[in-house]
Amino acid sequence: MYKKGKTSRLMASPYLAWAFIFILVPLGMIFYYGFTNEAGSFTLQNISYIIQPAYFKSLLLAFELGIVSTVVCFLLAYPLCMILADMKLGHHEFILTLFILPMWMNFLLRTLTWMTLLERKGVLNDILSVLHLPPVYIINTPAAIVIGMVYNFLPFMILPIYNSLSKIDDNVINAARDLGASSFQTFLRVTLPLSVPGIISGITMVFIPALTTFAISSMLGGSKVLLIGNVIEQEFTVAYDWHLGSGLSIILMIFILANMIVSAIADRKENL
Amino acid sequence: MKKTFEHIYLSMIFIFMYAPIAALIVLSFNASKSRSKWGGFTLEWYFNLLSDSEVMDALINTLVIALIATLFATLIGTVTCVAMMGLKRRSRTIIMGITNIPMINADIVTGISLMLLFRAMNISTGFVTVLFAHITFNIPFVMLSVMPRMKEINPSVYEAALDLGASPFTAFTKTVLPDLVPAIISGALMAFTMSLDDFIVTYFTKGSGFDTLSTLIYNEVKRGIQPEIYALSAIIFIVVLLLLLIINRFPKKIKFMHK
Amino acid sequence: MSKDLILLEHISKSYDGQMILDDLNLSIHENSFVTLLGPSGCGKTTTLRILGGFEKPDKGNVIFDGQNITELAPNKRMLNTVFQKYALFTHLDIAENIAFGLKIKNKTQSYINDKIKYALKLVNLEGFEHRMPDSLSGGQQQRIAIARAIVNEPKVLLLDEPLGALDLKLRQDMQYELIRLKNELGITFLYVTHDQEEALTMSDHIVVMNQGYIQQEGSPEKIYNEPENAFVADFIGDSNIIPATMVCDELVDILGAKFACVDKDFGVNKPVDVVIRPEDVELVRPENCSLCGVVTHIIFKGVHYEMTVEAGGFEWLVHSTRMSAPGTTVGISVDPFNIQIMNRPASEDEEAISENV
Repeated sequence: MYKKGKTSRLMASPYLAWAFIFILVPLGMIFYYGFTNEAGSFTLQNISYIIQPAYFKSLLLAFELGIVSTVVCFLLAYPLCMILADMKLGHHEFILTLFILPMWMNFLLRTLTWMTLLERKGVLNDILSVLHLPPVYIINTPAAIVIGMVYNFLPFMILPIYNSLSKIDDNVINAARDLGASSFQTFLRVTLPLSVPGIISGITMVFIPALTTFAISSMLGGSKVLLIGNVIEQEFTVAYDWHLGSGLSIILMIFILANMIVSAIADRKENL
Repeated sequence: MKKTFEHIYLSMIFIFMYAPIAALIVLSFNASKSRSKWGGFTLEWYFNLLSDSEVMDALINTLVIALIATLFATLIGTVTCVAMMGLKRRSRTIIMGITNIPMINADIVTGISLMLLFRAMNISTGFVTVLFAHITFNIPFVMLSVMPRMKEINPSVYEAALDLGASPFTAFTKTVLPDLVPAIISGALMAFTMSLDDFIVTYFTKGSGFDTLSTLIYNEVKRGIQPEIYALSAIIFIVVLLLLLIINRFPKKIKFMHK
Repeated sequence: MSKDLILLEHISKSYDGQMILDDLNLSIHENSFVTLLGPSGCGKTTTLRILGGFEKPDKGNVIFDGQNITELAPNKRMLNTVFQKYALFTHLDIAENIAFGLKIKNKTQSYINDKIKYALKLVNLEGFEHRMPDSLSGGQQQRIAIARAIVNEPKVLLLDEPLGALDLKLRQDMQYELIRLKNELGITFLYVTHDQEEALTMSDHIVVMNQGYIQQEGSPEKIYNEPENAFVADFIGDSNIIPATMVCDELVDILGAKFACVDKDFGVNKPVDVVIRPEDVELVRPENCSLCGVVTHIIFKGVHYEMTVEAGGFEWLVHSTRMSAPGTTVGISVDPFNIQIMNRPASEDEEAISENV
């Protein structure tokens, strides 16, 4: 349309080369390391490590916390987005940006804030003692990690859901009311289904990072709570067992792939 | 009645999002290093911050990496999008598919894979490797912003320019490019944000001796937080807030965030 | 005499400080096809939305079948709306769209299935049950929107410029469809449009609106032949609107020439506006008449010739099946019955306020 095939191919080749070297080859290397051992021969040993109790536990915990965080993010974000989508034009853009603003601060700093709040001698316990209430020890527990995840990833749930909701034509809502639906029925039968693309997008953008994090669990869980992300990280930085680390990463990628497939199916159902 | 509930809910979420940041800012003025006792007001940490070479270096690294990576990513991404318009549908789908990989993949996998690459190729880790890594995950953000816009653009304008005697290059720069600029800026800003914020990929590709803000903080956490970091947070927050207010004076440019 | 099904009493509504409707009073009879006609911003859509329950009037009451429904939520009103851009539920197929209102009312599945079949037959889209709205053309979507509304057997159907996005031929077909539907279903139609041809074709009763006021109400013939003020005369069809002087009853002075007409009670030597439709202007031999002029332009329109005649300092628009070439001197003649006299308003405000005869 714009340029002939040859020029286009020429123009695209720098990126193609880059993508090959920096996306495909590295991915290949993970697979290579994951399926081989020190001697260089093919093995499934690295992958099978996931079944071992310690490793499996970390995966399971990551999975659980990931789901909990995603659900909490969803429950918090959806009503927020509904309120925002309803507000008058101009107003809601500013308020939306206000909620997205923390995203622009550094990710580590955001996690750090909760460390400060939740520590044994942290701000939260400080406030509680002033109110003559007993201190709570949330730090270094899974609960702290969930709080950290929700805090960090909430904007990623807010944005796509808000986009979906704001795209719904006012008259479609009016039509549902016109046909006899109460506010609740309208929400259930029209608003919610039409916002599904945004929900799916939000879930993906929260669940995968939550599942694979190690920074949040490191900072808010201490060395007591290990997620699969921590385990993999330690294989590389502490144990120097790249084969095992890669093998476990492959397991992670299976989850990511599964998530992609589920999203794609749900997406296609929408576009039927 | 409903309005009151809505306002309460908004405020609650608002407090949830900003209370932790507020706590940090307050602590940045705390003369005592303790996180629970107030030892009096001080600007000591702010001054220490400026003379702390480690933190300053990390800050500069972060900004430089983000800027250069964004620059390259924007260049490569835009050129590739333009190129893709002249390719077959199938090729386009494949390329976009590959481009999506860093976005879909967990950061940890991207970081590890790049680390393996650099070690295998015997490239010493540091500024360059981090830069390459950032460019790699920035390009998809640029392309994801520019590509849809590219598809939307009416080819008639370009053809009209050709019809009036312009060379393909002139026609492109005078008709198509101006239309693309918002999407390019949007993608670049997205990439810049991602670079500034990145931790995991940088962590794995930096080796030792090179730090960005994120990795520095992570190290500090192990050692015990210095209050300079709180001062840093406060400054960053103010800067970001100012940016927000400035950007809000140009509501059209804000649109990029809501795509 | 059919009863008043809907009464809008003293309805006022403003938006952002702008007055959209000011003390509007309207009654709609059962089983009639009523059209609210007017330019954009005249308040017709707002009136419809107030009736549907999507807007609340600042002042005034909406009476439906004897009941005051001003405060009633839209889902509790016994009317249904066909929206301008169809507003179909894109996540549901056609059958589910049509069944939506019925499912809310908890009708049995067999009842619903029967109704769907009936509705699709009515709008000539049988077999479309499992298609998705996005796969339908504009005209088809429009018909589904209508089907979705009428299956609920409302007493009144509100239509908000439903044919606006369709091309000419389709629009004309749909106009006949709507008339047929109204007669078959026996329900009241309240139709909103800015297209006067549409209004003239379909309506039993037209309400011409401008700037929030009703300019004139009446049958299509009455509105067309006897416009009561310059706005209505100008908005409906082409017309020649000429300042003139009412000499006395049944005699008017137009541009210096005296014409017999049939209106009385406008006073003596009073300034008035005169409306003459282009097709009512007869071009005669210049020797026989008091007002003469020269043909300046002519266009062949198929149905008639459209000519402009400069006479008495006014550019007359003339429609005729007989041709008079440009440059010809002609005489203007009008049957007295075809001269419509209107009061000339003293100010713009007076012009806007309705004058019900």
